[in-house]
Amino acid sequence: MLATQSETQFLDEQDAGWKAFVRRLKWFDWLYAALLVVGMVYTFMSLDQHRDVFDTAILLGMTPVFIVTGWWWKPFRLLFIGVVVLALLATQFYAGDLSRANTQFFLKFMLASQSAIGWMSALFFMATASYWLGLLARSEFAAKVGTSLTWAAVVMGVTGMLVRWHESYLIAPDYGHIPVSNLYEVFVLFCIITALLYLYYEGRYATRAMGAFVLVVISAAVGFLLWYALAREASDIQPLIPALQSYWMKIHVPANFIGYGAFSVAAMVSVAWLLADRGILASRLPALEVLDDVMYRAIAIGFAFFTLATILGALWAAEAWGTYWQWDPKETWALIVWLNYAAWLHMRLTKGLRGAMLAWWATIGLVVVTFAFLGVNMFLSGLHSYGSL
Amino acid sequence: MSDSSSDTLRAEAVSPRQRNFANQLFELVSSMRFAISLLTLLAVASIVGTVLKQNEPYNNYLNQFGPFWFPLFESLGLYAVYNAVWFLVILAFLVLSTSLCIARQTPHMLKEMRSWREHAQEVSLRQFAHHAEIAGDVGEQAQGAASHYLARQGFRVRTVVRDDGTLIVARAGRFNRLGYFLAHIAIVLICLGGLLDGNLPLKLQMWLGNKQILQGVAMMGDVPASARLGDGNFSFRGNLFVPEGKSQSAAVLNVRDGILIQELPFSLSLKKFTIDHYTTGAPKRFASEVVVTDRKTGEQVERTIEVNKPFTFNGITIYQASFEDGGSQLQLHLKALKQGVLSQAFQAEVGVNQSIGTGDSARTLEVTGFRPINVENMAVRDDSQATSLAMSVNKHLGSAVSKPGDKDLHDVGPSFSYKLRDAAGQAREYNTFMRPVQQDGRWWMISGMRNSPQEEFRFLRMPLDDEGKLDTFLSLHAAIQNPALTKAIANRFAQTALQQQGSNASVRPKLVETAERTLTLFQVDGLKSVADFIETQVPAPQREAAAGVFLKVLYGCVWEAWQMQREADHLPAQDLDEARAMFVRAVLAASSDTLHYGAPYFLQLSGYNEVKASVFQVTRSPGQPVVYLGSALLVAGILCMLYIRERRLYLWRAVNAHSWLIAMSANRRSLDVGLEFAKHQQALTHTLSRSGAAPGQ
Repeated sequence: MLATQSETQFLDEQDAGWKAFVRRLKWFDWLYAALLVVGMVYTFMSLDQHRDVFDTAILLGMTPVFIVTGWWWKPFRLLFIGVVVLALLATQFYAGDLSRANTQFFLKFMLASQSAIGWMSALFFMATASYWLGLLARSEFAAKVGTSLTWAAVVMGVTGMLVRWHESYLIAPDYGHIPVSNLYEVFVLFCIITALLYLYYEGRYATRAMGAFVLVVISAAVGFLLWYALAREASDIQPLIPALQSYWMKIHVPANFIGYGAFSVAAMVSVAWLLADRGILASRLPALEVLDDVMYRAIAIGFAFFTLATILGALWAAEAWGTYWQWDPKETWALIVWLNYAAWLHMRLTKGLRGAMLAWWATIGLVVVTFAFLGVNMFLSGLHSYGSL
Repeated sequence: MSDSSSDTLRAEAVSPRQRNFANQLFELVSSMRFAISLLTLLAVASIVGTVLKQNEPYNNYLNQFGPFWFPLFESLGLYAVYNAVWFLVILAFLVLSTSLCIARQTPHMLKEMRSWREHAQEVSLRQFAHHAEIAGDVGEQAQGAASHYLARQGFRVRTVVRDDGTLIVARAGRFNRLGYFLAHIAIVLICLGGLLDGNLPLKLQMWLGNKQILQGVAMMGDVPASARLGDGNFSFRGNLFVPEGKSQSAAVLNVRDGILIQELPFSLSLKKFTIDHYTTGAPKRFASEVVVTDRKTGEQVERTIEVNKPFTFNGITIYQASFEDGGSQLQLHLKALKQGVLSQAFQAEVGVNQSIGTGDSARTLEVTGFRPINVENMAVRDDSQATSLAMSVNKHLGSAVSKPGDKDLHDVGPSFSYKLRDAAGQAREYNTFMRPVQQDGRWWMISGMRNSPQEEFRFLRMPLDDEGKLDTFLSLHAAIQNPALTKAIANRFAQTALQQQGSNASVRPKLVETAERTLTLFQVDGLKSVADFIETQVPAPQREAAAGVFLKVLYGCVWEAWQMQREADHLPAQDLDEARAMFVRAVLAASSDTLHYGAPYFLQLSGYNEVKASVFQVTRSPGQPVVYLGSALLVAGILCMLYIRERRLYLWRAVNAHSWLIAMSANRRSLDVGLEFAKHQQALTHTLSRSGAAPGQ
């Protein structure tokens, strides 16, 4: 079978129980954990005055989540440390004064949120080109460059989002909010999450060939983002309207975008599957079983998070709009997306369906997802109007 | 949703059953095909509901679809798809189908969870997709080592010594099966909870309790008992409109094209409604300070209800839904724009109609709204500046804060909106600002008008004089529009023109006549009639010059009218400087625009006493905890199904065999089953042969 070194190793890690997992941790894992705990304690102390029960719960809850994620997916540790360092640097450069974004060199050309997101955009385009070069010219080096560029793009994207968060508080304390409140911000989030999910599968399956496909959908999102920022001036930080002032937003929106991101990865991998199945690029792409497996895993994780996100949305709606479900177009389309992937999983898991049919279905699923994500905002009216175009 | 898993061992033949009709029906309704068909139907119906705006006033649909399609769509329930009987029937069938599916699958699932399959036969093991012969020792030690290895890999292990050989059975992930049960029971719970909170209880009550919906507006006291629902109603959702200082104890339920009244077990009084704004003018906080009084016990609770911060009182949850004007008192000043209208001051109230004016200018005033704050972007965009790509990019570097010059947000003060309905029933809408607004270096009073809600507002700008008053404009406007003064103004205009130019006095009558005719023309339809005249009477090449002459005459007349008034008021004469010339031009333009304002008077807001009203949503949702429980089970179920992999591994050594048979099955066919099998095969070969004896014994 396809038992490469890393895959066997992965199974070792997964099967042998958590004790063995902890035994295998290296010194850097423990250093990483220690840094996070110190950071948490420091934040805990310095926010003592302003912290409410949700902040405390998030702080206490997310620290172990980030630690375990880093232990389990090693590159995450460096990413985490990297963006924290960059974001802290940016806050130091700002020193509480927003106007420094135009005068301080590093802020203006790199770390201020719009500059960082600009870098993210450029890096994603370059990564796409590198992956395609790697795929078409069978150049391992170009593909490796693609991977590095994608990582760099993610670092800049996350930094941009964190700095944007900081900037919102610098405008005025009552402006401050997590940047997941409008279409511009969630598009950046979508690019980051899709790239991270892809990078995870790239490492796990030890193949870079899928990057060329997944990065296409990210580039499309970046293209939209640039148009939205340049033509529609959508990038300004806006204060939160009362309906959005809720803790639920902070978990509902990211959970949703893990879902959307994963479905997008699945759709692009299924495009690769369909091409390879017809002999196009087949020799350059991983085996069909591998593509099929990635497709399944992406949809599975996407489905789990999408379910969670929809439920969180319902909990929030119950608090904000007085009912957990009222057939708002966005809600209804979320249900349609959910039903679509529920049916996909049923066909695969209980009917054992495989092959072109599932790949086509996953590809078309992206159209449904895109409509739920964008189309509803463009063509239908409803309560989710803050995402409007 | 029958779970026909790909597990090979489950290939045990199903005993032939008596397949009578009931059985077949049971099979059909509990089948996955049936459930998927229902879900597809549900999805399509839902899409219809998102494309067609739901629960709009019925008139909108009538306008949209016309008299033929409107009743047809109505009978299909398309205006409230999610409350339509057929939609609820689909949901009910889905609940039934899923329940039957659970009933059918659960015994089998429980058996599978418990079963070790200790009687597995070699023949069937050899049919597994993953099986192999491996060399290794027999005996306690080897078996112990293998069991230990498997246990460490997360399996639960049992060794069975049978007459025909030794079987080590290892199994892991049995909770995967539980996932199926959890996820499907969750769907049933969510649907049931949803049905409890939806429109079904109301439908039943209307049917059983013979309730009639009410059409048209009625006073609360006039509502008949047939349109009232008692406060014991276990599931409802309604709206509560409460002005500041008032209290309310019944909610309004919108049903189809009418309403029902829902009695509440409490009364809610609104002490104060507050809106906070950000500096951009965007709303920051909506908060209602309320006192809720239990009608039986008299218990009182004071609370602040905000968006995202509802308040639950005795099982009924109260939400901040929206706000409206609760009947603000406005002091208005009627200022004549036409001859014969008397200026006067009077009081008006938002939401209350009254008659104003007399004769031709009689109208019904319907004050529809009042806004104390209007934040407008007053920035002037400099389009002449060339915008290159580089500049555009530079603009987007740095922080995500709008750059200076982009926006200039100002509160331009209160405004009120009203309709003026004439005797024929025709109404025009107006929106008038209380305070003057600065534009083009001058202060103006601004009022918007439109003939129908589909139009954009067109704005009338009236210039203020040096004292910041409208009076100069109004009196000049009255003078130039007054035919009785036309002659005097024309005479004075001719006199001034002759003095300035020193021309021959013989042209005087001609000048007077020109001025008089121009003014009379202007009085018909303002600058438009002047333009029309030029269009029809002047040859094309001379039109521009003619227009210049007409304007000059009109400006001159306005100026003379101004000077005449000043003389009458014993004020000193003025020199015509640039500022005054601008004022004259503004007066002429505004005077012309009043002729298209559609009202014989302008209503100036001079004072107000704002009364706000808060709109609450009140609900009793008995299904909510059921839905939440279902949601929790759904997440747990999905995680179990997708992330717990059920695997069984068998090590079989027949009595006389020379090697072990290793076989592995999983209830899902996936890439990692093969990988895992290869790994265990390798490891077990190693483990089993480590205990000393030569392989193959």
